[in-house]
Amino acid sequence: MSQGSTQTKAADAPGGTAPSMHRDDVPQLHTEVLLDLTNVSLSFGGVKAIRDVSFNILKGEVRAIIGPNGAGKTSMLNVINGFYHPQQGTICYKGKTRRVMRPYIAAGQGIARTFQNVALFKGMTTLDNIMVGRSLKMKRGLFWQILRLGPAEREEIEHREVVEHIIDFLEIQHIRKTPVGKLPYGLQKRVELGRALAMEPDLLLLDEPMAGMNLEEKEDMSRFILTTNDSFGTTIALIEHDMGVVMDLSDRVVVLDHGIKIADGTPDEVSSNHKVIDAYLGVA
Amino acid sequence: MELAHKIFVAPFWEMSGAPDLFLQVLWEGFVAGTLYSLIALGFVLIFKASGVFNFAQGIMVVFGALSLVGLHQLGVPAWVALALCIGIMFVLAWTVERVVLRPLVNQPDIILFMATIGLSSFLIGLGEFIFGGEPKTMITAELGLPSGAIDFAVAGGFVSLQKIDIAAAVMSAVLVTVLAVFFHKTRIGRALRAVADDHQAAMSVGITLQQIWVIVWFAAGIVALATGIMWGARSDVSFALEIVALKALPVLILGGFTSIPGAIVGGLIIGITEKLAEFYWGPLVGGSIETWIPYFIALLFLWFRPQGLFGEKIIERV
Repeated sequence: MSQGSTQTKAADAPGGTAPSMHRDDVPQLHTEVLLDLTNVSLSFGGVKAIRDVSFNILKGEVRAIIGPNGAGKTSMLNVINGFYHPQQGTICYKGKTRRVMRPYIAAGQGIARTFQNVALFKGMTTLDNIMVGRSLKMKRGLFWQILRLGPAEREEIEHREVVEHIIDFLEIQHIRKTPVGKLPYGLQKRVELGRALAMEPDLLLLDEPMAGMNLEEKEDMSRFILTTNDSFGTTIALIEHDMGVVMDLSDRVVVLDHGIKIADGTPDEVSSNHKVIDAYLGVA
Repeated sequence: MELAHKIFVAPFWEMSGAPDLFLQVLWEGFVAGTLYSLIALGFVLIFKASGVFNFAQGIMVVFGALSLVGLHQLGVPAWVALALCIGIMFVLAWTVERVVLRPLVNQPDIILFMATIGLSSFLIGLGEFIFGGEPKTMITAELGLPSGAIDFAVAGGFVSLQKIDIAAAVMSAVLVTVLAVFFHKTRIGRALRAVADDHQAAMSVGITLQQIWVIVWFAAGIVALATGIMWGARSDVSFALEIVALKALPVLILGGFTSIPGAIVGGLIIGITEKLAEFYWGPLVGGSIETWIPYFIALLFLWFRPQGLFGEKIIERV
């Protein structure tokens, strides 16, 4: 794809998924459980962030986690990728029950994520940011790297190719060499998605991928998420406040309120659930 | 008028009147500058990766040099001693990560800075305990470093270059090049810059902070060892060397705390300026200009370019 084509819309994007494509058009057959959380509780001192929550994420689905502010959604993601350690409950990933969990172990097991407030390496270029996502895939030892010879050089080139593909896919060729700190918010979010994709994750956690975006940016982002899910079969768990987006993108939705799970089901089921409506409208 | 002439005219007359002398002073400044650069480089490495100003860098220089000389005094062949010292630097890096840094994860930078002050006191004590406090002579010849001088005839006079100084300059250049390439072009280098920018994000892509910290402290240790050898060869190996490390502060302010090229250029500017100032303007005030002029230059720079010559400009979108 050339530099000029960054403005082109969905029609000729890799995968060719139209932004308007609705989940209902595609028959979904997800049966294998990728991640299973049972009776998870997390508290900070006296504050109970998550109370006895159980739900699962099926392989290949798009799972949304929604809820009002302070419902414990981000805490949930932090539990899944090992930043927080729940006091109670079991987490079973790829059929194995976890004991000790650390972010780098989670990353090694194929869990990638983006952050609510965009956590990028601000001084580095788009290209380098996404290259960092390949860290775990690059295995050549320190010695070769210092010399920058033979295998290490080849490895660098191989991974660079993968990264260029991701850059093409996300249509950010024009900012390849720009330090990400200088980019507008919407593009930063896109670079962050790119970094997560570079990890070739089995489970992709997106924390408010469309926060602060305008309609066009949201449509682009939706398209990238759907294409990632459809073409690469990546399982996605996302937190999002825009209900339209949640309804369009997700296969199943889990609703949290004050750390408690109040609903779980398809978007239609959840949106007609009284508890959910109450939680959002603030009925006592 | 008389004074202005002495400050602004006479020194330059002197320079053009005796170019050989001028070149000699310039060379002295250049050599001192490369050594300042090396010390500053040690600081930059650790600051880049962890945002910590490592107060112990100076004592690491002394400790490296002392270990080398000490091991040799025990009858270990010079090259084996050098290899052992590199090993010691690794053990030091690993221990610092385990004992000092790991328990202080997520603490404010000032806490980590205090910890490095503690570390430097500890290393001074340990060094004196093991090797004693008296100055030692660097094992220059045993390490195959050249001695003597090369003289060049210049403009009717001659300039004399110490071979050891040439070796120091070459070695600094090699070390700096290797480190710069390593940190900018390799996976670990990228991981290191990633850690410097955002701990959480770095962890989420599978980078382990612990590993990165051991690597940078080890790299800083190697740089310290090299600095110790070169400074030790020019003077003695003693705890007074630690003071030299303070010269790295103006260098860092000049070059920027996060820039490897900045450390080099900053070091050279400071080295050359202080020697020229000492030689040509020193007599006006009774000498000793070189002890304060670096800080004076640093202060000037703080006015005009607080992030340093090469420092990353702080990008803040509001």
